[in-house]
Amino acid sequence: MSDHEYTPKSKVGKWFNDRLPLLTLANHLTDYPTPKNLNYWWTFGGILTFCLITQIITGIVLGMHYVAHADLAFQSVEHIMRDVNYGWLIRYVHANGASMFFLAVYIHIFRSLYYGSYKSPREVIWIIGMLIYFLMMATAFMGYVLPWGQMSFWGATVITNLFSAIPLVGESITNWLWGGYSVDNPTLTRFFSLHYLFPFLILGLVVLHIWALHVPGNNNPIGIDIKKPSKDTVPFHPYIVIKDAFALLIFLLIFAFFVFFSPNILGHADNYIEANPLVTPAHIVPEWYLLPFYAILRSVPDKLLGVIAMFAAIFVLVILPWLDTSKVRSTVFRPIYKQFYWFLVADVLILGYVGAMPAEGIYLLIARVATAYYFAHFLLILPFLGFKEKTTPLPLSITEPILGGSPDMAMARDNSNYKEKL
Amino acid sequence: MSDSEKKKPNRRDFIVTATTAAGAVGVGAVVWPLVDQMNPDASVKALASTEVDISAVEPGQSITVLWRGKPVFIKRRTKEEIESARAVDLSELKHPEKDEDRAKNPEWLVMLGVCTHLGCVPLTDKGDYGAWFCPCHGSHYDTSGRIRKGPAPTNMEVPKYEFVNSNTIKIG
Repeated sequence: MSDHEYTPKSKVGKWFNDRLPLLTLANHLTDYPTPKNLNYWWTFGGILTFCLITQIITGIVLGMHYVAHADLAFQSVEHIMRDVNYGWLIRYVHANGASMFFLAVYIHIFRSLYYGSYKSPREVIWIIGMLIYFLMMATAFMGYVLPWGQMSFWGATVITNLFSAIPLVGESITNWLWGGYSVDNPTLTRFFSLHYLFPFLILGLVVLHIWALHVPGNNNPIGIDIKKPSKDTVPFHPYIVIKDAFALLIFLLIFAFFVFFSPNILGHADNYIEANPLVTPAHIVPEWYLLPFYAILRSVPDKLLGVIAMFAAIFVLVILPWLDTSKVRSTVFRPIYKQFYWFLVADVLILGYVGAMPAEGIYLLIARVATAYYFAHFLLILPFLGFKEKTTPLPLSITEPILGGSPDMAMARDNSNYKEKL
Repeated sequence: MSDSEKKKPNRRDFIVTATTAAGAVGVGAVVWPLVDQMNPDASVKALASTEVDISAVEPGQSITVLWRGKPVFIKRRTKEEIESARAVDLSELKHPEKDEDRAKNPEWLVMLGVCTHLGCVPLTDKGDYGAWFCPCHGSHYDTSGRIRKGPAPTNMEVPKYEFVNSNTIKIG
């Protein structure tokens, strides 16, 4: 992994580093050669790390005041909001932090889709990322259950009932998940336990994600392989560190806006009503970040097939590196894929919208069309396009189009426009 | 080593196989309690039956009681409702069940008030069949609690119950 031999300057440092090479690791992370053309879409890795740490710290603090019991959970959350010093702040940061985390992860994923960061040799980074995303959804879902409001309870009921669609063993599995015959106190206590555990699993996967990233190095906006270190790279510190820090600051402004000015806008008013197993709220909706998958689930009229479609929607992402047959990574050089990329973005946004609407009439129709298109994009368009699409010529290096010697000056112009736009 | 020597298990092979087998049994014995602890425990199972007083329920009325953490609908059906439930041709049904089998005493329909799709509680006296409608994903049930339209795969479940006397039902 290390690009050159590193020896600490101080004697103590050398003594320690010979026994545990932490300083070598720190040196690798500081000097890590990074493509010099990384744009702001590349700052979300750092932002996501920040989000994870924020969720862990605020979560540990909330765990000191929260009581995981069906009779006490709702009260204890109100206790946090009203009595605990700064409890309102910590809880609002945690609750909105989950939304911010997903906002950042979606941008991160769509950046990868645009620039082909999932392609060889970065498939393992991508798959670990998908595992992280899946664990994030599970963690967020269980966290949403903990306040034991109406949406908590009924969201948990609907999602755990997905498993009842499995033939033969479905009911045994749901009873096992619930620890009873319905969502109840045993469900709440185990969700609390796992909600506490999963972020640390995510943290472990994040370490692997970064490790796997540091083997081939970063992809970049033009998606070509670069020599490291070379004229095409800059050291991670201070160049990327300062860029990431600036992006994080902007991100924190948005985060703070939600926390201080509209802390409940991303939640549901129904969750301020204590859970009642006898009354289902008229309109159950998951949190916004799960809506596209919820729309896919509801668009299929059959229970089992609906569940399969929902999980398949995530699974097609996992195998994406092998579905996209194009050797060219960056969308900059793929004029046709570029259009389909934006269709996909629109499609996912539409799915999210209809997921929040009642599953009837025109919304159901739109959801079905959008679901079909979602799968068509990954299973038909991507494999086909790789063979058919005529891509524009790739530059030989990052600096080539700017410093001259480019075989195609029109493209050099395109590139610079493109960078300005971002 | 020649082929014949390879095929013949020696004492070391025996030890490896025996150790692996014993290890697998050991791992299983450790994992199973960790898995099974999540299943419904003794205190949950102990709440297996509930007695309900139904003397105050008028024809056409429905009450909801909690049994094993789930709502149970107890509906005293009107003559028209019984007739409409019994008049249905079984071939029209997604999950064919006779109303006679679902409601032994035709006046009283007792069933879990849980939509068989994803577990929401359906609304009473709503939907296309004037009986139950699940607001979550739009399943319509008839006056016998049978699925008629929407994503739910089966009819609402009839739990084990009996009439202790004319005014009391024991569920479970």
